[in-house]
Amino acid sequence: MLHAIFEPGFFSSGPVHVALAAGGVVALVSGIVGSFTVIRGQSYAGHALADISVTGGSASFLVGISPLWGFVGVGVLAAGVMDTIGIQRPRGRDLATGIVRGAGLGLAALFLYWDTTHSNVTGATITILFGSLFTISSSILPAIVALSVAAVAIVAVLYRPLLLSTVAADLAAARGVSVRLVGLLSLTAIALAVSLSAMTIGTILSTALLIGPAAIGLRLSSRPGLAMAWSALAGLAATWLGVLLAYDSFYWPPARHGWPVSFFVVTLIFVAYVAVQGFTTRVRRA
Amino acid sequence: MFTGFMTNAWLVGTIVAIVAGVVGFFIVLRGQAFVADAVPQGAFAGAAGASLIGVNTLIGLAAAALLGALGIGWLGRRGRRDVATALALVVLLGLGALFLSFSTEYAPEIYALLFGEVLGVSTSEVLPIVVLAVVSVAAIAALYRPLLLSSVMPELAEARGVRPARVETMFLIVVALATSMTLPVVGALLIFSLMIGPPAAARSVTSKPLAALVLSAVIAVVVVWASIAAAYDTNWPVGFFVGTFGAACYAAGRSWAALHGRRSAHPGRWHGAGDHGAGEHGVPAANVRV
Repeated sequence: MLHAIFEPGFFSSGPVHVALAAGGVVALVSGIVGSFTVIRGQSYAGHALADISVTGGSASFLVGISPLWGFVGVGVLAAGVMDTIGIQRPRGRDLATGIVRGAGLGLAALFLYWDTTHSNVTGATITILFGSLFTISSSILPAIVALSVAAVAIVAVLYRPLLLSTVAADLAAARGVSVRLVGLLSLTAIALAVSLSAMTIGTILSTALLIGPAAIGLRLSSRPGLAMAWSALAGLAATWLGVLLAYDSFYWPPARHGWPVSFFVVTLIFVAYVAVQGFTTRVRRA
Repeated sequence: MFTGFMTNAWLVGTIVAIVAGVVGFFIVLRGQAFVADAVPQGAFAGAAGASLIGVNTLIGLAAAALLGALGIGWLGRRGRRDVATALALVVLLGLGALFLSFSTEYAPEIYALLFGEVLGVSTSEVLPIVVLAVVSVAAIAALYRPLLLSSVMPELAEARGVRPARVETMFLIVVALATSMTLPVVGALLIFSLMIGPPAAARSVTSKPLAALVLSAVIAVVVVWASIAAAYDTNWPVGFFVGTFGAACYAAGRSWAALHGRRSAHPGRWHGAGDHGAGEHGVPAANVRV
């Protein structure tokens, strides 16, 4: 029975350990930071930052630094640019986000082109865009954990002013909270979370883990702290189950080299969201 | 530069630019940048799926784009709009990743779908693109008045019997159509630059809807021409130039607006829903002519 669920070797495989550790850390951070992203209505900024951090990833192959620093550096830089050209105002915010994303991806196109033509990094496009949890090297785990802690620390320090300036910006300003600074810092936290997840698990999953679990959490509880806990839990569960399923799928048809982790995680999150949505609507009606 | 296979590139590039400029104008006006971004990226899954089962890529693109657009509409009625868009997008991308893992497609072809390959448009691809372009522009022309009214003054539109949900769905279908034809040319990741850069610039130059619409298409054509020429000369990916020139248009538009004091916050100017962020509808301005 147990063998039917856990393919033999699941618990003794090195790549699986790293995937579970890195995926777990990233899922927790995305769940926590994602709650604020959804409350603040910055889903699009989160998605765009994940895409833009790809620019850093593709550039890092060119200059020969670790992709981690490429992803994170460009992600945080883009957060600063977005904030400067007006993301803090709801007016025209999506437009500014989109423009930065377009320019960033244009550069990514160029870098990836150079990657594939000049430096012979074959498959860079796929690795960078879709990521693979099973190919992470365990040597970058400490850096991932450190940056994750930084992102969570920003959210923890900002918890009250961030919540206040999200729900009632005028009141926050009256109480002496710098709404602008809080906005910039929260965007930095989002950038950290998504660039980490974009690097470890690909840009698709990074948006999925940022928004999906947070949306589930906010459905389950209207208290921000509790919603955040649900969100982190949902993200972690989806990621670990996804890794397990991907490992089990190794002998599944048609390709027999395993189905992608991202597919499983995204599907699990989506099914959970639809289920929770249906459930909470029914409970509220009753 | 203007002979042989390049003829197709110029022709298709121009058509794509006009459609992107026209459809993009309403995307900017309605503040649906995220949707316009998500639908093409999601459509990528359709292309991957089509190549897997050996169907024409264009059909796969159109199917996935429609699925994405309708999915966003369906989910958006039940929850937060931006969350719905993000979820619909990632589900399609997840499927795309699955299809890619099944197929034996080479990396360059995937790269072309993502970042565009205007120089590789074959003659057999021109006709479907022309047909889709005509359909998209005709649909926009037919929807022009209700679309403009419900984008700018939703309350008035409803009072006049325009049903916002229906207009919304129709518009999303047009976006999906426009997307599936532009995607192979400009690439999934960068269509969107072409759809919002030129319209945003046009809107900061003129406040008359029709003039802005035409100007938007003209700027888009110029961007595409410049991008094709630059890509031909440098051999760099066309997506890079489209992304950069699109952002440059936006910057130019912002500077123009700043120089001429045409801030979108100025009272009396016409406001789009897009000026007010995530789906909120703004203060109706007095002097809009529809």
